Amino acid sequence: MDHQEFCRLLRECGIDFFVGVPCSTLGFIINFLSEGGEFEYIPATREDEAIGIAAGAYMGGKTPAVLMQNSGVGVSVNALASLVLLYKLPMLLIVSWRGYKGEDAPEHLNMGEFLPELLRVMDVSTTVLSEEGLEEQVRDSIQTMRERGVPVVQILRRGVVV
Amino acid sequence: MKRFDAIEAIVSCLGDEFVVVCNGMINRELFALGDRARNFYMLGSMGLASAIGLGVACAKSDVKVVVIAGDGNVLMSLGTLATIGKISPGNLVHVVLDNECHESTGGQETATSVARLDVIADGSGFKHVERVKSLERLKSVFVEFLRLDGPSFIHVKVERGREDVPRVSVDPLEMKEKFMKELARV
Repeated sequence: MDHQEFCRLLRECGIDFFVGVPCSTLGFIINFLSEGGEFEYIPATREDEAIGIAAGAYMGGKTPAVLMQNSGVGVSVNALASLVLLYKLPMLLIVSWRGYKGEDAPEHLNMGEFLPELLRVMDVSTTVLSEEGLEEQVRDSIQTMRERGVPVVQILRRGVVV
Repeated sequence: MKRFDAIEAIVSCLGDEFVVVCNGMINRELFALGDRARNFYMLGSMGLASAIGLGVACAKSDVKVVVIAGDGNVLMSLGTLATIGKISPGNLVHVVLDNECHESTGGQETATSVARLDVIADGSGFKHVERVKSLERLKSVFVEFLRLDGPSFIHVKVERGREDVPRVSVDPLEMKEKFMKELARV
């Protein structure tokens, strides 16, 4: 899917607040969100900070999405455990998957391998997005977030949103 | 100045503002001074009080948001001060109660005996920054900053030492619901 189409799909699903830390896999999306006019995007310095900002925005009535590389999930474990899960704060985490199938630069390989297990341990509803059926996957996952009032993760591998 | 007295001074100046308070002794002491539906007590996630306050301020530009954090919390997320400077929410007042130590874990030293948080806030783009050392000055600066277009930063130097106050005894989910209900009313 085209990155502009993806952003508009998120908006159609009610996402109205974007914050994050860049990853090259999410680069087009974040650049588009940051252009101004159509969307607003808050650049955070760390992924747990982005989650904190999203938590506040949710309480203020927004439906936030947090964009980050999977390395940022490591940074965010405590923010998820002792803020987002403790207070039950629904938010969409869009996470790129560097190190997928062990094919990437060396610094991405460990976290690439740990990612699914890490999310499973935290019992966070996770969808690995694929090109086929992407729109339905995005809608279903956001519906889960709304219905259960919980955070959900959408994982983006390189090339799925271009 | 005792931290408890500083918190009491802040509380005495509060009206309908929303408060996000960090974990540790500061949230206990604020709670002991009387719970408010407009207080969000961050129980865990140390370092994120400034970020949560920024999120509320961005989502609700028509309310005033006060962050009350300690030096340990602010040092943990110095980058958030830069993010606040960049986003520049006019409705955010950030107070840091700086006793140069982690009080709730036994008084271990922090870096603020050297690092100047007010200078860092100023360099991060906060519009108004004051360093205060007396209760009278704290009150007058706080009242003034509530009125001004921010973001504003008050660096309060306080003594070490803690009051004998219990933990914050509210259910996190109920507290969140109350806080959100108040935000939705505005």
